[in-house]
Amino acid sequence: MKFSEQWLREWVSPQLATQALADQITMAGLEVDAVEPVAAAFKGVVVAEVVDKAQHPDADKLNVCQVADGSGETVQVVCGAPNVAVGQKVAFAQVGAVLPGDFKIKKAKLRGVESRGMICSASELGLEEETSPGIMELPLDAPAGEDFRAWMGLDDSTIEVDLTPNRGDCLSIKGMAREAGVLNRLAVEGPAMSPVAATHDETFPVQVHDGERCPRYIGRLIKGVDVTAETPLWMVERLRRSGVRSIDPVVDITNYVMLELGQPLHAFDRANLHERVEVRLARAGEQLTLLDGQEIALRDDTLVIADSRGALAIAGVMGGEHSGVNAETQDIFLESAFFTQLAVAGQARSYGLHTDASHRFERGVDPELTHIAVERATALLLEITGGEPGPLIEAASAEHLPAPRQIVLRRSRLDQALGLSLPLEDVTDILERLGMPVEADDHSWRVAVPSWRFDVAIEEDLIEEVARIHGYNRLPVRRPQARLGLRPDGETQQPLSRLRRQMVARGYQEAISYSFVAPELQKTLLPQAVAPTLANPISSDMSVMRASLFPGLIKALEHNLNRQQSRVRLFETGLVFRGELDALSQIPMMGALVCGNRDPEGWAASGDKVDFYDLKGDLESLLAMGGEPDAWRFEPGEHSALHPGQAARVLYRGEEAGWIGTLHPAVRAELGLKVEAVLFEVRLDALTQGQLPAFTPLSRYPEVRRDLAILVEESLPVQSLLDCLREQAGEWLTEINLFDVYQGKGVEDGHKSVALGLTWQHPSRTLNDEEINQLVDAIVTESGQRFGARLRS
Amino acid sequence: MDHLPNLVAEARDAIDAAQDIPALDEVRVRYLGKKGEITALLKGLGKLPPEERPAAGERINQAKQELGSELDRRRQLLEKAALDARLAAERLDVTLPGRGQESGGLHPVTRTLERIEGLFTRIGFDVAVGPEIEDDYHNFEALNIPAHHPARGMADTFYFDATRLLRTHTSPVQVRTMKSEEPPIRIVCPGRVYRSDSDLTHTPMFHQVEGLLVDEDVSFADLKGTIEDFLHAFFERDDLSVRFRPSYFPFTEPSAEVDIECVMCSGDGCRVCSHSGWLEVMGCGMVHPEVFHHAGIDTERYKGFAFGMGAERLAMLRYGVNDLRLFFENDLRFLRQFA
Ligand SMILES: [Zn+2]
Repeated sequence: MKFSEQWLREWVSPQLATQALADQITMAGLEVDAVEPVAAAFKGVVVAEVVDKAQHPDADKLNVCQVADGSGETVQVVCGAPNVAVGQKVAFAQVGAVLPGDFKIKKAKLRGVESRGMICSASELGLEEETSPGIMELPLDAPAGEDFRAWMGLDDSTIEVDLTPNRGDCLSIKGMAREAGVLNRLAVEGPAMSPVAATHDETFPVQVHDGERCPRYIGRLIKGVDVTAETPLWMVERLRRSGVRSIDPVVDITNYVMLELGQPLHAFDRANLHERVEVRLARAGEQLTLLDGQEIALRDDTLVIADSRGALAIAGVMGGEHSGVNAETQDIFLESAFFTQLAVAGQARSYGLHTDASHRFERGVDPELTHIAVERATALLLEITGGEPGPLIEAASAEHLPAPRQIVLRRSRLDQALGLSLPLEDVTDILERLGMPVEADDHSWRVAVPSWRFDVAIEEDLIEEVARIHGYNRLPVRRPQARLGLRPDGETQQPLSRLRRQMVARGYQEAISYSFVAPELQKTLLPQAVAPTLANPISSDMSVMRASLFPGLIKALEHNLNRQQSRVRLFETGLVFRGELDALSQIPMMGALVCGNRDPEGWAASGDKVDFYDLKGDLESLLAMGGEPDAWRFEPGEHSALHPGQAARVLYRGEEAGWIGTLHPAVRAELGLKVEAVLFEVRLDALTQGQLPAFTPLSRYPEVRRDLAILVEESLPVQSLLDCLREQAGEWLTEINLFDVYQGKGVEDGHKSVALGLTWQHPSRTLNDEEINQLVDAIVTESGQRFGARLRS
Repeated sequence: MDHLPNLVAEARDAIDAAQDIPALDEVRVRYLGKKGEITALLKGLGKLPPEERPAAGERINQAKQELGSELDRRRQLLEKAALDARLAAERLDVTLPGRGQESGGLHPVTRTLERIEGLFTRIGFDVAVGPEIEDDYHNFEALNIPAHHPARGMADTFYFDATRLLRTHTSPVQVRTMKSEEPPIRIVCPGRVYRSDSDLTHTPMFHQVEGLLVDEDVSFADLKGTIEDFLHAFFERDDLSVRFRPSYFPFTEPSAEVDIECVMCSGDGCRVCSHSGWLEVMGCGMVHPEVFHHAGIDTERYKGFAFGMGAERLAMLRYGVNDLRLFFENDLRFLRQFA
């Protein structure tokens, strides 16, 4: 809602400067977005009359004019505007004037002819955005010699209020004035508006078939209007200052009354109405060409204004092209109707429209305005376009008009809600100033809700009104009280914050990437993934929900590689989305990516590149935090995004919990990534699990350690060997330490030597060599049988 | 025997001339060793007349002792010099950087979220989270935003189909908590939220923290107190001005927007605050009875307040970040600034 401060002050004029008024409105909950001057700064411009005009001797398109600027002498000025004419009143910048943009007017010679000043166009004065070819023509009664700025009232501000959807009642000068009146304890008085007497008795049949959606419809025939009349400058200016362009006098007047009172109006060309006006639901598929030329097929939940031939307008949204007022119109049918919020809600949007009318009807238009507005518009029409008004044609269904509402505000609720007991008279005063008649007793206020306040429906709404007018910042401040109760805290659960800090300690930066990714990228990485797709994405590369953290991490990697960051260590936590909408899993995960050198560049750094085992070590450090390392396993597996020989399925208690591996070279090639990267992602519900530490008594007896070098086939996963060892090494085994894996000289091709240190300890006695030898024999025998393993000699 | 003084003098010179421990050992052996020259004199005592032997013996022993202590003194000196030399040789440039992995860092949004969570959990709030793909009911209906309500235009929503959408706020978590738990309820709900808006000051995804307190005798005064305390604690400024402006949210009544004195210009007016001296930082209000009805909470017995804030906005103000989009580019040069 954008309006002129002067216009508002015609209704109510608080003793406040512009900014103070704006601040006051803002603090009452009607947030002022901007306060701007209605015209740029200029000076030295006066109203003048063109008294003579002659062709410039040396230029076809220039005229030499004489203007009377009130100084007593005529001033010669060269003017290039095509519309300049003798007898015109114009805005004349005298020598010495300064126009917007600090443009100084000086004496000049144009093609040899002296010119002392400039006749201005609206755009030269900053009153119009577009550059107009012609000068601004002022009304003939404009007083020559008067300062143009003062005469136009240009020392005015446009106040733009960002109204919340509940305050439809403020979408007018009348509504804003009402609010300013409440805040400043001032009476609000607009221009006098009284019914216009009919000068003929011709009517037109109006049938409302849907009284629920349209409880009141008023029409009036006004015959013999002159649509070629000029909209007066004062009206054009007020419209302009409200952000509305002047179109023609009929449209301008309907817009003006809407801005002034808040009631949208519509004018039909009587000649294009056939037999009757109907208010009814559209027939499915019924065609309508809108004012903006758009052709639409209506749905059957849309209320329309129609005649016997078909739909003419979408009720409360937009008129049709064919029935509108045009240059040939002589008689108009003026509509002022009350459409309910229900009738208009969602309609405009569903056809891709949003109009000043729909904006207001969706938020609620005061049903008491219907009459006032039609009379106001009639009076303005008669004044500007002339014409003969007929009687009002009214169709109303009383049972559907909003019933008077009463709400009881209890003293106890008000006091409790605000933490303050306001004096009874203060509360009554606030409510009455808001136009809410009140019956008060010691315990409550019985409040009648005014017809314009659609947002006031329950007791809490009244509490808000009292608080708002009293002033939120004058209300007390208190700290909430609560019982101190301890809450359960699972010790085996690892908080996410700990996991994050572990990654940070291991050199990772945390990333946050969008949850929607490019479908192509997701497809490249996870061709099998099924994830929900947005119906209205912001762009196609953000249109599908991520089924993995990999796409985001890889995008972040690319971003950094493109910025000369070659060593990248990133992790992210967040949801991934898997499955169709009806069988959707939203799974919290942690993922990480490493790329580049193992060590940060430095004098002591090795310069080696990271590999699978670096990232695996970091992941294992996370897994270790839960205190149940044996619950986690890595098994070779195949993943579309990962190198088939360098990928592992991560299992927690035997269930798949995630993946780790090197990015597949083919995927890298497809993405144009020149460097290797290793990634993991693991479900957070598994990562956060753990177990309570369980104490084992420390043995006082010596440990026994044996180191074994076992030869196995290269392809045998070490995990299998370790499993076998653990199985055979007996219950006193305390530790297996894998300290070397060797291939090369001394080990036959296709084999590897795995060096292991095994430690045993008995809780209550010293183990003897013989026992240990037996265990080692069992290990060698079993692993020999199972894997063809043998001791390296 | 007569040459003893000469021998002692000669030995002293040799001791002083020894430049290292082995050389000193040689001197000791030469004079005091088993076959040393002084030792030889002692052995030669037998050749002297018996009456002279005690006096000569005493002289020789005295010389031996003197040379012994001279040797010890010289040894200590040489050892100290050797140690000094070794220490000098082992000197490191302690200003060289240390070896190994450098630390990473948390994302500034996480840092901010954890800080906010911490402030509230310390006074008895729990952290609650929920799904990001939500349904119309939890995101709108249950929050008193029926279909076609003009407030739906306040948040441009990402839809999957007619009823499923990306949550536009974390309020659905509040709805779910109210449905599953009995008052008193004290929760904060941090998380990602989505709105189809993308320009200099909007990203289609951002983070919110919403809070909810439901209990008996909860008032607007409690809400004001909680918000003021929070903002003072968050910005670590007890004198930070906070003001409450009436506003509108379908799920609260009364509702308020909260402004703080601009932290960039201390309220004098600058570009960040559009020269108003105030910054809008959060929305809040008393829980609307309709929301309680949906959740099955007795509105006569219980009252509640709720609030919500954008984590990125607070992070920008706290750390002076001037471009919202940086939060989701994951540029290491940006991220490293928050370690
Ligand atoms: Zn500022």
